[in-house]
Amino acid sequence: MFKKSRLIGEFFMQGDIACAEGAIAAGCRFFGGYPITPASEIAERMALRLPLLQGVFIQYEDEIASIAGILGASWAGAKSMTATSGPGISLMTENIGLGMMMEAPCVVVNVQRGGPSTGLPTSWGQSDMMQARWGSHGDYGSISLVPNSPQEFFDLTVTAFNFSEKYRLPVFLMADALVGHMTEKVVIPPVEELEIINRKYTTKKPEDYLPYDYGKDLIPDFAKAGDGYRYHTTGLTHDKRGYPDMSFECQNELVPRLVNKIKNHIDDISLTEEYDIEGADVIVISYGITSRTILPALTMAKKKGIKIGYLRLKTVWPFPEEKIRKLSEKVAGFVVPEMNLGQISLEVERCAHNDSIVKLVPHPGGGIHKFEDVLHAIEEVAHGK
Amino acid sequence: MANNTAQLQEKPHPMEDILRMDRMPHIWCSGCGLGSAVTSFVEGLKKAGVSYDKTAIVSGIGCTGRVAGYLRLDSYHTTHGRAIPFATGLKLANRDLTVVVFSGDGDLFAIGGNHLIHAARRNVDINVICVNNFIYGMTGGQNAPTTPLGAYSSTAPFGNYEMPFNLVGLAAASGASYVARWTTMHARRLTDSIATAAKKKGFCFIEIVSPCPTVFARKNKGGTGLDMLKEFQTRAIIDHDADPTKIPLNMDNEIVCGEFVNEDRPTFWENVQSGIKSRVEKFTDWEEMQSNSKKIHHKTFLKYTASRES
Ligand SMILES: Cc1ncc(C[n+]2csc(CCOP(=O)(O)OP(=O)(O)O)c2C)c(N)n1
Ligand code: SF4
Ligand SMILES: [Mg+2]
Repeated sequence: MFKKSRLIGEFFMQGDIACAEGAIAAGCRFFGGYPITPASEIAERMALRLPLLQGVFIQYEDEIASIAGILGASWAGAKSMTATSGPGISLMTENIGLGMMMEAPCVVVNVQRGGPSTGLPTSWGQSDMMQARWGSHGDYGSISLVPNSPQEFFDLTVTAFNFSEKYRLPVFLMADALVGHMTEKVVIPPVEELEIINRKYTTKKPEDYLPYDYGKDLIPDFAKAGDGYRYHTTGLTHDKRGYPDMSFECQNELVPRLVNKIKNHIDDISLTEEYDIEGADVIVISYGITSRTILPALTMAKKKGIKIGYLRLKTVWPFPEEKIRKLSEKVAGFVVPEMNLGQISLEVERCAHNDSIVKLVPHPGGGIHKFEDVLHAIEEVAHGK
Repeated sequence: MANNTAQLQEKPHPMEDILRMDRMPHIWCSGCGLGSAVTSFVEGLKKAGVSYDKTAIVSGIGCTGRVAGYLRLDSYHTTHGRAIPFATGLKLANRDLTVVVFSGDGDLFAIGGNHLIHAARRNVDINVICVNNFIYGMTGGQNAPTTPLGAYSSTAPFGNYEMPFNLVGLAAASGASYVARWTTMHARRLTDSIATAAKKKGFCFIEIVSPCPTVFARKNKGGTGLDMLKEFQTRAIIDHDADPTKIPLNMDNEIVCGEFVNEDRPTFWENVQSGIKSRVEKFTDWEEMQSNSKKIHHKTFLKYTASRES
């Protein structure tokens, strides 16, 4: 499965392992996690890889500890990651909010199974997409990347670290059990060939440093523990010194900044793939594994003479609102197949022009869409229904 | 009153180098034990001679949880119950730091209880200081896992009917390298314990029995903070040889104080290092591997995995 003689090159590799290798390539040196199908292989791979790289692997007592631990490690300057599935994410949500509030870079992998609750442990779904956006209480901007193959799981893990470092927040990687457990060709390039972004450390002297001061990009410069800055950080609403401040003014400066530091950079963060969008009547919007399983329906629609375009979201959050808005002015409508009962389709509906149709093709998870269903939806939209 | 304040401000505060003076006054009630606990902590750090630049403090949520915010160290005010796993990440990712968790009894033993026993079991090299005021102070006096049987709290209006945890017993049984209990009355001994823990490797646990006049005492006719200290004075005995699992606290028994455990056990990180070393030594030059060369790591990894597969 993994060629014994080397760690760089072409491999036949499982998605979860590609994710772990992507993390290592990105410079991740701290992994804290708790076993759960279908994400355990990521932890297992990290347990094998990190110790020899002077990194830290720790199997914590639960997912709450895991997320708290990677936040702590992040403040020590480490690139850190945890990997889990729905039940684990549900346990993590409070401290994901802490990471958002403290602006601690880290990566949270959700290899999605079918939910709710214990749901389908060994099978897949895409029903945690809204949780990734809104799971923790309060308002904050967030980033979710969705791979559709083991190769992309590797690539987007590197991107997730880059975004987390650049924008200082926990970034979600929303894979699913199919992508996590399938084995395909994965090319691992030498690290020198990858774009690796590291957080911006302050160049100020400790006496001049304010941990939450920011410039035009709205992102504060980082100082890590032990470097003499002796800064404070808290989950409470805080001022530029990091001190708690319960005033409306402070809340009104901090929280919009947490949202806008992502919103303002959507052009950098939003990664999409498009085919035949120009002149299309119907656009299929898809993400993750679904973007592959529905392809036969697109081919058939094309054969039937329907002008069909295809938009794949590699970045689901922040949602490409402007893009959908603009497209919606030109097309009859959108078809959104997803492995849940309607999550991202709601976003498309929200952004699409009133006159365009938005058709969800739902699936509860644990199987794949029947392409006839997708084709049928495409035909309906093409015929203005 | 105004005059007094003016006079006080003329003199520099003796702990100015480590307190965040721009955050004073603090939020704690008069008569609260937290001020004394923090003073002993600062004195203890001084005594141990640790570098403030290399000391990090992590708190959860609660009155005690506010300690991190008042100390001019790298200081992290986290979420309720999660200070220990956060501190574990901080420490393991930078092993040069002295990492201290300072939090309340509810934070560390109710919502965060699981983390405490696991961190003690792993013997992670952090120090945990728990201020036990027998109650949830911050939220207004609800029952804590330390509230004595029969004591009143706002969620035990008929008296508490749950058995409390014995904190030192739990920490010791879970594998802590160092376990001590003092009250805020024992300023000097507490300071010494904090200094010992700051220098000691492994998981160190210190319980500080502390008066909460505002909610615990008021609900239990305990009087003022001073009255509570007097009570501690009459009830406290020092017995270093006591079995920490046999000295629970209730409303009126002896408060057995002392240094109950002080042992040298391999820490989490030491076990990680020795474990890996013994497995890969024959494939690599261990010293050279510490040099952080990727090539050596890769070679070692590939040889080791190949040996495991054959
Ligand atoms: C998840 C969560 N649940 C509940 C609370 C509310 N809360 C804040 S402090 C606290 C209890 C603190 O008690 P303790 O740790 O004993 O600290 P003390 O105030 O007594 O020092 C609670 C329940 C919270 N902040 N977060
Ligand atoms: S409520 Fe109790 S513990 Fe909290 S500050 Fe007041 S006296 Fe101290
Ligand atoms: Mg308490």
